[in-house]
Amino acid sequence: MNLLVQFAGEYGAFIWPAYGVSALAFAWMIADTLLRARRWRREAERLEKAAA
Amino acid sequence: MIAALANPHRFMAFSRWAAPGLGVVAAGLIGWGLALGAVAPPDYQQGETVRIMFIHVPAAWVAMLAYGCLGGASFFSLVFRHTLADAAAKAAAPLGAAFTLLALVTGSLWGRPMWGTWWVWDARLTSVLVLFLLFVGYMALRASIEDEAKAGRAGAILALIGLINLPIIKFSVEWWNTLHQGESIFRAGGPTLAAVYLIPLAIVGAGYSAAFGALWMTRIRAEVWRRRAVSLAMRAAFQ
Repeated sequence: MNLLVQFAGEYGAFIWPAYGVSALAFAWMIADTLLRARRWRREAERLEKAAA
Repeated sequence: MIAALANPHRFMAFSRWAAPGLGVVAAGLIGWGLALGAVAPPDYQQGETVRIMFIHVPAAWVAMLAYGCLGGASFFSLVFRHTLADAAAKAAAPLGAAFTLLALVTGSLWGRPMWGTWWVWDARLTSVLVLFLLFVGYMALRASIEDEAKAGRAGAILALIGLINLPIIKFSVEWWNTLHQGESIFRAGGPTLAAVYLIPLAIVGAGYSAAFGALWMTRIRAEVWRRRAVSLAMRAAFQ
């Protein structure tokens, strides 16, 4: 608890949201990128099998 | 290196291992840099808000890096009609938009306690907002044209025109009077930032760049697979 207070001090209302938004943005970028890659890899493999 | 990776087969073989490897490096660097930043002393003027710098500045750097990649890939796509370059340009735009939005939001959260306002229409903030609009405009333009080759060419032209915004962002704090602080890192006389802040900032900056590289490569791979799937589906439809 003491460490959390030391980290943000009296500016917690600005610092924590900034870190939270950054974490959310990274989570979205990672999830969207991996899901997109998986979806199209599977689709391409399915069509390749169907064509063979 | 770039010439070798211009071959889609070589790129797919390389990125299969390079993308996750770069992702691990990115996670390590970001974790390490933020841990150093967390124990750095509060700034004598800005107090603890200086910790926002460790996530705001790298996001702004990578936003510009992403646009540079978008512009470079667009050039190769337009001049050499290279399909992998077009896929690379398309893949860079959403990541660039996300990093730019992150820079704007974290900057606003830093500006409120330090400047007393969430936003001002000064040259630096406005030119970064223009960067965000360029990314969004590029994606909207591509999405609005059904023919993929035409969409790629129109997007590439827009991306190349938008490159003019990069030096405007960089030098905006020198060319105009801005509320945003002047250049304190990449300047002729060397950085003016104390090492206790500069080292974590550089580490997180390298981590953000590596994260962009990993995500960009993965999105290019997804785009290559998508085009292969579309091509196979069309071939099956005509058989």
